[in-house]
Amino acid sequence: MSNNGVLNARIPDGPIQEKWDRRRFEVKLVSPSNKRKFKIIVVGTGLAGASAAASLAELGYQVLAFCIQDSPRRAHSIAAQGGINAAKNYANDGDSIWRLFHDTIKGGDYRAREANVYRLAQVSVNIIDQCVAQGVPFAREYGGLLDTRSFGGTQVARTFYARGQTGQQLLLGAYQAMMRQVDRGKIVCLPRREMLDLVVVNGKARGITTRNLLTGEIELHVGHAVVLATGGYGNAYYLSTNAVNSNASAIWRCYKRGAFFANPCFTQIHPTCIPVSGEHQSKLTLMSESLRNDGRVWVPKKKGDSRPPSQIPEDERDYYLERKYPSFGNLVPRDIASRRAKEVCDDGRGVGESGLAVFLDFEDTIKREGIDYIRDKYGNLFDMYERITGEDPYRTPMRIYPAVHYTMGGLWVDYNLMSTIPGLFVLGEANFSDHGANRLGASALMQGLADGYFVVPYTLGDYLATSELAEIGPDAPEFKESADYVRSRLTRLLSIKGKRTPREFHREIGRILWDDVGMSRNRAGLTRAIQEMRRLREELWQDLRVPGSNDMLNKNLEMAGRIADYAELGELMAIDALHREESCGGHFREEFQTPEGEAKRDDENFSYVAAWEYPCSDDQPILHKEPLIFENVPVTQRSYK
Amino acid sequence: MDQGNHQGLTLYLKIWRQPGPGTEGKFVDYKMEGISPNMSFLEMLDVLNEDLIKKGELPVEFDSDCREGICGTCGFMVNGSAHGHQDATTVCQLHMRHFKDGDRITIEPWRARAFPVIKDLVVDRSSLDRIIAAGGFISVDTGGAPDANAIPVSKEQAEEAMDAAACIQCGACVAACPNGSAALFTGAKIAHLAALPQGHPERGTRALAMIRQMDLEGFGNCSNHGECEAVCPKDISIKVIAKMRREYLRGWLK
Repeated sequence: MSNNGVLNARIPDGPIQEKWDRRRFEVKLVSPSNKRKFKIIVVGTGLAGASAAASLAELGYQVLAFCIQDSPRRAHSIAAQGGINAAKNYANDGDSIWRLFHDTIKGGDYRAREANVYRLAQVSVNIIDQCVAQGVPFAREYGGLLDTRSFGGTQVARTFYARGQTGQQLLLGAYQAMMRQVDRGKIVCLPRREMLDLVVVNGKARGITTRNLLTGEIELHVGHAVVLATGGYGNAYYLSTNAVNSNASAIWRCYKRGAFFANPCFTQIHPTCIPVSGEHQSKLTLMSESLRNDGRVWVPKKKGDSRPPSQIPEDERDYYLERKYPSFGNLVPRDIASRRAKEVCDDGRGVGESGLAVFLDFEDTIKREGIDYIRDKYGNLFDMYERITGEDPYRTPMRIYPAVHYTMGGLWVDYNLMSTIPGLFVLGEANFSDHGANRLGASALMQGLADGYFVVPYTLGDYLATSELAEIGPDAPEFKESADYVRSRLTRLLSIKGKRTPREFHREIGRILWDDVGMSRNRAGLTRAIQEMRRLREELWQDLRVPGSNDMLNKNLEMAGRIADYAELGELMAIDALHREESCGGHFREEFQTPEGEAKRDDENFSYVAAWEYPCSDDQPILHKEPLIFENVPVTQRSYK
Repeated sequence: MDQGNHQGLTLYLKIWRQPGPGTEGKFVDYKMEGISPNMSFLEMLDVLNEDLIKKGELPVEFDSDCREGICGTCGFMVNGSAHGHQDATTVCQLHMRHFKDGDRITIEPWRARAFPVIKDLVVDRSSLDRIIAAGGFISVDTGGAPDANAIPVSKEQAEEAMDAAACIQCGACVAACPNGSAALFTGAKIAHLAALPQGHPERGTRALAMIRQMDLEGFGNCSNHGECEAVCPKDISIKVIAKMRREYLRGWLK
């Protein structure tokens, strides 16, 4: 796979419009009668996992589907609010596959692979067809056709939505398709299972080791291939918009078994979240960025101004986004809006009790358009804000602050979505492939479903048809070794019997990452983060206190294992951020900025994917590079002035 | 604990503790002090659990995931109400500012024959997944779908489908029902798919199969108490139960 440190992404030849067609023709097919002989393990049942499980079962494969939740329908894809992009051009406003491709490459700040992104834009149109046929209740116009809106600063209306619950409705479509196959016996679904190891036999992914979260039993599952769709690693920061059980352990276990981890420092900090209210805070809640269409962002001009917003006169307010970016104003991309909010708060002009918030003010729009306009458009978001903060945003400006939302980095995959371990396919947020250094709004749902419905059913078949896969059982020595490893780690976590709880360690890891590997990074901070992560790891294995035992439902034991993994992953994130001596997308290095304080990319030296290999000893991880070549989108510096 | 509010609330909790499935459970009293009004109910329990771990006791197990009211994972009875007393709110979105200093709060798991207790406040709701597996879908394989705009769907139909599809499968309706019925849940899925032309080819067989499974799982029958609608965090209307009955008749008479 990797030759002299350069990775081969196995991108098909030919013009970009023809690459996916070529690959679909090149792939070897598995005959219908042979498909049922193959068992595919799918881990995770979010948009990517559920759509893959359903589609593979429909083709005739035997599928084993795993999730940590009590039902596959609860995966965190469910929380996505805004919508899903597709190049349907129903609005007749100039959209096309080419434009969606172009916008995604540019939005990702030229750090994504062209061929993958083009394919994503191509299959986006099929996704909407598929979901409508499944009964997803997308918003409609009066004539009965689908409604679309513009989202996240794009100039075309290509975002399809189902009220503020698009993720939920798309997931229910995939979940229902999956449950249909459960009823037919094609999918065996095992909920409340956590994948704790990947089993590699003769260099190929052949199974997983799971813990039954109800009984603590360690279970071995053998398959012909493993499809990982376990989401991102935003919870490494402790506070994020991710669900509390979302975690990085499955991808981290695969990294430690030899799968390369790509661009771990590319994390997305979303600008419009409800601020932290105290030490007890367990997660952060996103307020859809559609609010920036009608809200104005401001802070007081004076430092430490604690007057209520209504008593701060107009000429003492700093509408800093409108001031700095006259043409985009409040609609600048997520990474820029987040950094500027941090900047004004660091300058002592933040608002609220903690000083870590800025105002998002709807007063002007309410005056101009009326309160009903706002209520129709954002009623459910305003209600949610009031429920959480106890403040009425119709009367007083919202307080918002950036929060960790999405991770663009993930396991490295080739064009076929296969990792560096043959037989291990990685889909959705768990892989790194399509969003470069910054993801655009309404693109995550698109990618998850593209990977699961329309990509992996083809590429996985090719792998099965062309690989030598000996029949093995759970008695193979590699499975025993994996089970022993998993058991001994659990025993070790339980036997430390120290003083600090898993949550206390998690909070500490999060603080280090937020401060030094967050919105703004520099050499000194990253070097410090690496040291601190090592120190904390040592402390964790000496002072952790996990209650209870392994043979029961024990959520603190589950958390403990995930947190021990974050303490390792956090170091890799810092190492990657330190090595990437440029600023791009969500990765902002203070040393590399323009005189106006904007991100400064270095295409000459860093136009590549950084894929890290786990070293077999405790040494520095090994860097492999996949050069990024832009033949179809002219590379320019982003400007939103 | 909380910036700007150093006193906080003192609360007296009575929580159902049960070590495992089929074992005997009991209520245990806990006193909480310094609870910030800005905490969510689950964050208050997080604080309790941190204290219990430090004291060498077993924490109270409860399910939760998104903590923003959309995944349907959390849910238990708070003073006899499913998800607590606030309208259209899951317990993860219920905040402590709605409680008073000195309040006594009783917390117990969903109680229903089809939801056996696993541990403390955690119950097994897999019966709901099996109702969906029995027919809560439209039978289309990946790949063969016509263009998304090929079949117009009126705005009214789409809104009606969306109202029903908002169900988060939390099980509050079952827990609140004196009969332990899943009629609101099952009705919501049947109503969602029956409202759309895409769902029409299977509408009769779907209702028969889902209702058969609902009965097999040990859920009770609906006798129109309306408790389900009152506690539903997503405001699903009891009308979906009437729709379910119509769809059942349609299938049965065919």
